[in-house]
Amino acid sequence: MPRNATKPEVSSPASADGGAASMAEPMLPAPYRIQRQRREAHDTFTLDLAAADGGRPPRFAPGQFNMLYLFGVGEVAISISGNPGTPETLQHTTRAVGSVTKAMEKLRAGDVIGVRGPFGTHWPTDHARGKDVVFVAGGIGLAPLRPAMYEILRNRAHYNKAVLLYGTRTPSDILFKRELKQWGGNFDVDVYVTVDRATGTWRGNVGVVTQLIRRSPFDPGNCVAMICGPEVMMKYAVDEFRRRGVDSQDIFLSMERNMKCAIGFCGHCQWGPNFVCKDGPVFRHTDIEHLLNVWEI
Amino acid sequence: MTPTGNEAMEPMLEQHPFLRGLSKEQLSALAQCAALSSYDMDDYVMRAGQPANHCHLIHKGQVAVTVHEPRRGHVVVQTVGEGGVLGWSWLVPPYRWCFDGHALQATETIALDGEKLRAAFDADCCLGYEMLKRFTQVFGERLHAARFQLLDVYKN
Repeated sequence: MPRNATKPEVSSPASADGGAASMAEPMLPAPYRIQRQRREAHDTFTLDLAAADGGRPPRFAPGQFNMLYLFGVGEVAISISGNPGTPETLQHTTRAVGSVTKAMEKLRAGDVIGVRGPFGTHWPTDHARGKDVVFVAGGIGLAPLRPAMYEILRNRAHYNKAVLLYGTRTPSDILFKRELKQWGGNFDVDVYVTVDRATGTWRGNVGVVTQLIRRSPFDPGNCVAMICGPEVMMKYAVDEFRRRGVDSQDIFLSMERNMKCAIGFCGHCQWGPNFVCKDGPVFRHTDIEHLLNVWEI
Repeated sequence: MTPTGNEAMEPMLEQHPFLRGLSKEQLSALAQCAALSSYDMDDYVMRAGQPANHCHLIHKGQVAVTVHEPRRGHVVVQTVGEGGVLGWSWLVPPYRWCFDGHALQATETIALDGEKLRAAFDADCCLGYEMLKRFTQVFGERLHAARFQLLDVYKN
């Protein structure tokens, strides 16, 4: 994934369903005004954006990303973390880790940034219809999965079980706490959260998120797994799903590489035969399995 | 801790994920070592340094495996929930717990007597080998998880 977080970059479009408005000039950022900046954790924040001209943002599909341009500083690929059902506000959640995202952290309501996108492939919410859906998120990886969860909840009757397994570093790093509580309170959604290190008054699970996979309630023969997090975590998560008998065809991962143009021109995000910006960020496991254990490509 | 009698232990043992697939005879042998134990929230299931007399198969609830560090207090290393296995210090000398374990919520375990278990494994090597394979898998998973945690993968 162009993980709400991490790598400084630059951009352009190739959306799955939507984004038509920006397709004509994929390298041209459109001005968006920050409506609100919300702190999610000590180093993580969400920006609510609205088109500066009052227009409607391009439609996006869960898992896609935008290139956010902080004028005079640089551009980064950030997954969209908002609700596809309420597209008038564009939400991006990111960690302040690089020069661009650290500068973005200082932005406040009323400030303007440039947006290009949406770009890339999306989570297989159609393919998952009639099946159990298992989300596995690690750290900031919950942000790109959040739109898919919204989508599933909006069309709940089309899916069987919905399970979210979320692992993070410490309790204070847990994102979207209010929503996790709300989703977990739904009788038809199972939410399990674990932390690597317990602090304070935490009385929940302690341990790695991959260990939750083996005891979570889903039908391995009829499920779709959507995984987003650090690559090593995703690798072991896949191993756990395979051990439980989930077909490789039903496992999807969001990959992260350094993106620049976001339309498959510049080659910055090339990963074997793939451009992660265009052929990804969401990949079917079968299509990338041979690349996951290659040290350098 | 409130141990109860071991009658009706066999069906419970059969349903526990750790023992799934064992033969009737093997389950019967294990039932001779088993008793149900229950703990209230915050009760200690085991204390570091104390004799490790039991292996606990968690039936209900959740236990935190902790280590006490003078400056940080009780540090939770991991949690073990329903269907999990707690403790293997009963298996190897000096048969003393290395960690504390306290119940995070009301918890029920199938407590297998360590001394009886060792004797049962010695008497029936097939059972002993089968169980050792299963415990080895648990050790491997715990080691793997510990290494994974050390990687601190969520750090920037």
